[in-house]
Amino acid sequence: MAAIAATGRVAPGDQPVFVEGPIRAFAIATAFWGVVGFLVGVVIALQLAFPLLNLDLEWTSFGRLRPVHTSAVIFAFGGNALFLTSLFIVQRTCRARLFGGDDMGWFLFWGYQFVIVMAALGYVLGITQGKEYAEPEWYVDLWLTVVWVFYLIAFGGTLMRREEPHIYVANWFFLAFIITVALLHIGNNISIPVSLGSSHSYSAPAGVQGAMIQWWYGHNAVGFFLTAGFLGMMYYLIPKQADRPVYSYRLSIIHFWTLIFLYIWAGPHHLHYTALPDWAQTLGMVFSVMLWMPSWGGMINGLMTLSGAWDKLRTNPALRFSVAAVGFYGMSTFEGPVMSIKAVNGLSHYTDWTIGHVHSGAMGWVGFISFGALYYLFPVLWRKKAIWSERLISWHFWVATLGIVFYITAMWVSGIMQGLMWRAFDELGFLQYSFVETVEAMHPYYVIRAIGGVLYLAGALIMAFNLWKTVTEGEAAEPAPRFAPAHAVAAE
Amino acid sequence: MPTKIEKDKLSGQDTTGHEWDGLKELNTPLPRWWLWTFYATIAFSLVWVVIYPALPIPGATGTSGWIAREAVMRDVQQAEARMAPMMSRLRAATPEQIAADPELRAFAMAGGRGAFANNCASCHGAGGQGALGGFPSLADDEWIWGGSLDAIHHTIAHGIRANESDDQRQSQMPRFLTDGVLTRPQVNDVAEHVLSLTNRATDQAAAGRGAALYAENCASCHGEKGEGIRDVGAPRLSDQVWLYGGDKASIVQSISNARAGVMPSWGKRLDPAIINMLTVYVHSLGGGE
Repeated sequence: MAAIAATGRVAPGDQPVFVEGPIRAFAIATAFWGVVGFLVGVVIALQLAFPLLNLDLEWTSFGRLRPVHTSAVIFAFGGNALFLTSLFIVQRTCRARLFGGDDMGWFLFWGYQFVIVMAALGYVLGITQGKEYAEPEWYVDLWLTVVWVFYLIAFGGTLMRREEPHIYVANWFFLAFIITVALLHIGNNISIPVSLGSSHSYSAPAGVQGAMIQWWYGHNAVGFFLTAGFLGMMYYLIPKQADRPVYSYRLSIIHFWTLIFLYIWAGPHHLHYTALPDWAQTLGMVFSVMLWMPSWGGMINGLMTLSGAWDKLRTNPALRFSVAAVGFYGMSTFEGPVMSIKAVNGLSHYTDWTIGHVHSGAMGWVGFISFGALYYLFPVLWRKKAIWSERLISWHFWVATLGIVFYITAMWVSGIMQGLMWRAFDELGFLQYSFVETVEAMHPYYVIRAIGGVLYLAGALIMAFNLWKTVTEGEAAEPAPRFAPAHAVAAE
Repeated sequence: MPTKIEKDKLSGQDTTGHEWDGLKELNTPLPRWWLWTFYATIAFSLVWVVIYPALPIPGATGTSGWIAREAVMRDVQQAEARMAPMMSRLRAATPEQIAADPELRAFAMAGGRGAFANNCASCHGAGGQGALGGFPSLADDEWIWGGSLDAIHHTIAHGIRANESDDQRQSQMPRFLTDGVLTRPQVNDVAEHVLSLTNRATDQAAAGRGAALYAENCASCHGEKGEGIRDVGAPRLSDQVWLYGGDKASIVQSISNARAGVMPSWGKRLDPAIINMLTVYVHSLGGGE
């Protein structure tokens, strides 16, 4: 066993000693940053409804807290969930110990948490590049690049020393996510610091080129960080918990390659009706429309895998999260192509509809699939029989679902109303409404949205409590063969 | 692990024969509806890129010839053309003529409402109700520089103390304490006198002493009885309408350091027709003379 741990290689049919310490840390960090990110989201939602809550302090103003929220949920909560699941899944499905072992795992863990803390501190103190979802300044970007390269080495190294002849579909998605995010991160953050002692830098591309690169990055942060990576998660969690084979291997190949080929071109739909040349806008739109079915391929594979196992939704509330996530994924990946159509975008762009769209994906898809992952992985990682309370998982599920429904419907109504008010003319040809009247009209929906956020946060707190109880008071599991070197199994 | 294809009993499909951590895959063919819908989106896209500009060549358009910039220009021109006859009549007319002509007035009120919301409401409030701190109400009959159509037009067009127009509304109250004109006790006395104009003095002796100081220093602009003089934009002090607060502390502050509110010259920013619309609209808010 010592030899196995040292080399990381195992005999055929045997199981290595997996790296788990850092992965447990990633699991805790996922839950922690989730609560932090949702809490800041509730705060800024309330600030929009009640501006007094900006407190008249620069550090607590909406402009500074908004990137804290987006980075906390995408990169801290989502990012830790991706590290957690990718490093767990790649070891299990390759039957190989993590390349670089525990040291690598701990470096990735602390290195990534450092990125998060540095970024958030910068935002609150007013240090920002002003690029949406890429706000951290150059020094944080450089450090993240180092961490990310080691992530690629760890993940790719584990794949290369795999004991399985083929690479499981989840790992294709994780690898695509890691490689593309590296490209996007470096591409969009090329900048020149004012000096080595300055936290400020100037972006290399400027004007509409800068905007295009920003949205090439921004849209593919959605496509590869929040979609490809989380599809990898889905491809492990759903078949595992449903105890059914993946519905279609062929579909997984086709939708994987079409998804990654098409996604990378769709960014210009963020710049419809701007100074971006028409041809780029046209291409951004048609690539987005073509993305519809490749996106749905993942949904079909997730849902159809449950054929013959739908009854498990009644008995396994964690699986309910994973499946509802796939439903939300299907909804928002249909809404996205619709919104990319220029005529629709003319109404939806710059309105709350976009915010609702993003949150149906973020809360419904990314959030729910991650909650499902935590509920599945906590008992596995801490050797417990089950989650402490299944009843609380159900509570979390329904409270959070209600929160999402409040949030999305409020933003649909508010956004479409906002778009219609902006374009309304009176019979004499004057604009019917001034800007401030549209803001006033949106107030009730901002309050409803904040209530939705509070419910979602409440669900996450229920989860955190339940996970804590699972670790501290959960009933210990029988040592299962897959956690120990399985000589016995191999001998059979 | 050797490839071992199995048949799934539930679906009747074969597996691919691979297994990872207990996970297997079926080799189900692509759902037909999925494939055909995918083809349909590709066909739609191909048609679309023929119709609309899709080549990075300057001047290249699709078969429709549609160009976003031209489409916007056309829309703007159409909107302008539609309003042009009324706009030119509004430019040519005086505010009085507009107010007297029902058709022009209706047009000016509709346009003035939007122009007010976009340009004026941030200081004067959505209904022209004003705000404490130097933003006068436009909905009452207290006018600092005059509430006739002509006076309102002049104020809007040329602004107040913004140094953007030679014809701006201009006056400057002295900083009586800061510039050493009055001592601190004298400022207190004058403030008590000002309060006494609305029967609010708390120290009658001080108010009495302040009367002479007021006559000497203040009356030339604010009037003997504090009735205000519009030619110099000196507000009325003998009513309950206060621009910077009517409590004693605020009045002492006003006398000590003076006040000098600023309003931009909108004639430099807005079409003359819109200035006329705003004039008629503001005049209608409740206090027009």
